[in-house]
Amino acid sequence: MTDRGTPLVEMRDIELAFGGIKAVDGVSLDLFPGEVVGVLGHNGAGKSTLIKILSGAYRMDAGEIRIDGARVEITNPRDARAHNIETIYQQLALADNLDAAANLFLGREIVNAVGLMDDAQMESETRKIMARLNPNFRKFAMPVKSLSGGQRQSVAIARAVYFNARILIMDEPTAALGVQETKMVAELIQDLKARGIGIFLISHDVHDVMDLCDRVMVMKNGQHVGTERVEDVTDDDILSMIILGKKPERAPEPEGAA
Amino acid sequence: MSDTARAAESRRRRSLFEALEIDTRLVGMIGAFVVLCLGFDFVTDGRFLTPRNVFNLTIQTVSVAIMAMGMVFVIVTRHIDLSVGSLLATCSALMAITQTVYIPEYLGLPMGHPLTAPITIVVGLVAGTMIGAMHGYLIGYLAVPAFIVTLGGLLVWRNAAWYITGGQTIGPLDPNFMAFGGINGTLGETLSWAFGGVAVLAALIVLWRARVEKQRYEFPVKPLWAEIALGALIAAVIMGFVATLNAYQIPTPRLERMWAEAGREMPEGHTAGYGIPISVFVLVILAIIMTIVARRTRLGRYIFATGGNPDAAELSGINTRLLTVKVFAIMGALCALSAVVASARLANHSNDIGTLDELRVIAAAVIGGTALSGGIGTIYGAILGALIMQSLQSGMAMVGVDAPLQNIVVGSVLVLAVLIDIIYRKRTGVT
Ligand SMILES: Nc1ncnc2c1ncn2[C@@H]1O[C@H](COP(=O)(O)OP(=O)(O)OP(=O)(O)O)[C@@H](O)[C@H]1O
Ligand SMILES: [Mg+2]
Repeated sequence: MTDRGTPLVEMRDIELAFGGIKAVDGVSLDLFPGEVVGVLGHNGAGKSTLIKILSGAYRMDAGEIRIDGARVEITNPRDARAHNIETIYQQLALADNLDAAANLFLGREIVNAVGLMDDAQMESETRKIMARLNPNFRKFAMPVKSLSGGQRQSVAIARAVYFNARILIMDEPTAALGVQETKMVAELIQDLKARGIGIFLISHDVHDVMDLCDRVMVMKNGQHVGTERVEDVTDDDILSMIILGKKPERAPEPEGAA
Repeated sequence: MSDTARAAESRRRRSLFEALEIDTRLVGMIGAFVVLCLGFDFVTDGRFLTPRNVFNLTIQTVSVAIMAMGMVFVIVTRHIDLSVGSLLATCSALMAITQTVYIPEYLGLPMGHPLTAPITIVVGLVAGTMIGAMHGYLIGYLAVPAFIVTLGGLLVWRNAAWYITGGQTIGPLDPNFMAFGGINGTLGETLSWAFGGVAVLAALIVLWRARVEKQRYEFPVKPLWAEIALGALIAAVIMGFVATLNAYQIPTPRLERMWAEAGREMPEGHTAGYGIPISVFVLVILAIIMTIVARRTRLGRYIFATGGNPDAAELSGINTRLLTVKVFAIMGALCALSAVVASARLANHSNDIGTLDELRVIAAAVIGGTALSGGIGTIYGAILGALIMQSLQSGMAMVGVDAPLQNIVVGSVLVLAVLIDIIYRKRTGVT
């Protein structure tokens, strides 16, 4: 449905090796505005590594990244942020000893005329956005260490939403969450999608992915197995792609995907 | 009392503390300090809390306290600096040579020239900052552990100091430079009162502005009476401190000399107090700056974020390597300032200046509540830690405790303080 115009993100032939292990081996992937693309695969398939390249946490060995059709260099998280790429990491990237507001604004603090941080305003903004995302959230004055997994996750999500992400990367956003919070994240994804934000969703839960995504990409051992539109495949097709590392029989095979 | 009742009771007590925003940890530390002072005062028949002894205690604390503030940043970022005592010695040696040899020889300015002290201090500051930054570069960019870099630094800078001076004691130092040492440079009664007044006023303004700011965003504020009581307490402590230092009288012969130097006859029966030592004034100013850096600047926020979760900091776009360089550069600069105070107090540079200071400084920061696991620590805690250590040491000396026993006690107190802190944190769940 969205396969027209310039993609928001194009990752082409991305490679990255850790020592001898090719964690990502020539993977290509694109994303259009208002689209949710799921990334699936076994533990250690290279999903996190692939998207960490996009978010600037790792530097790729080879390949190229285009945003709105233009080639970009992303060598650190600041570059990614400058392109409005926000990431919600698998291992929550929060500083435990700081409160919600300090975490939300980490790296992008609001400062006053003389360059001192305006903590009151940051807390006020945090209260506003949390009222929208997680109305039950009360623990503003405490280090996030004392928050539950779901509460911490909502801080991480609030951070991505507050800074107007155009490209949002969610690495297993619901792994630590209960039913209620998982539903909240699902609703949020729909909401963000409607606003034209492109989302990469990494997950182990095939059903989740089939519900939320427009397309699914499967990886195995660092390699690209296949990318499918969800309406073209069944849960079982995807499962066999994950396990066997092969595209479903009936799907046309334009190139020999490893 | 049943367990649930007890839990409810402790919860209520905690929420009262929370409402009043009382830092129970700070209260505990101040309590321990007060008990310590009163205890020594009792045992020494009132000799411990005389103006004279309080004066000496404060000037002895300054050097370690200055470095302990930098050590807070270092430890908060999960590093350690074992080289501070040696770095102090190198800065001290360099400054001693600068003021006694280089400036008179190459710039032709005699000792006592008004430019000698400022130039010397700048030289020391530049050296300390650069050496610290180099440590930070090795640690941050080249990934050599801080323990190793600064263990090496401990040997290197101790002996660099030796080389610079050829192992000799260098003195006397420039008279203006020595004003930073304590007894040779105080603000005098009037200025001290004025300083106290300004400090009280500033503290009250800070309290009041914080309250107004909170109200503006409709955040909870503590009851007005608590705010007023806190303000009154702070004012009383500051003014009490100034009054004590002002009560320490300058001996008459010295006073006569001072009047004579000013070219005037001293009136009969004239007395004057020392007031706040310039070194203490410097410490207070540095403490204010460091507290602002820690709490209100991005640099401070990044230091704490990096200590809490280095990966999170990195992923949030913080340049943690450069941050490491900055933290160690600050540490180096503070070592240099500490060297000014320490050598000025001794009136000369001696080869063993600052020996074992690294341990005192680390102990002060840790007793003051800085967690070695990173992310937690306060500037005022480190200063209080330095003060507690120094009080313990001088108190025991005054009581006549044997030297080996003194060190045994200080060492044990360090371990005990950390143990109490761990238990406290577990109990309250507060970090
Ligand atoms: N920092 C690293 N250093 C060395 N090897 C790494 C590093 N990060 C990942 N790897 C390796 O790269 C491969 C891919 O890891 P990655 O974290 O991308 O997997 P994943 O698909 O996200 O797995 P999971 O589903 O468990 O999150 C694995 O073999 C892993 O061991
Ligand atoms: Mg992963």
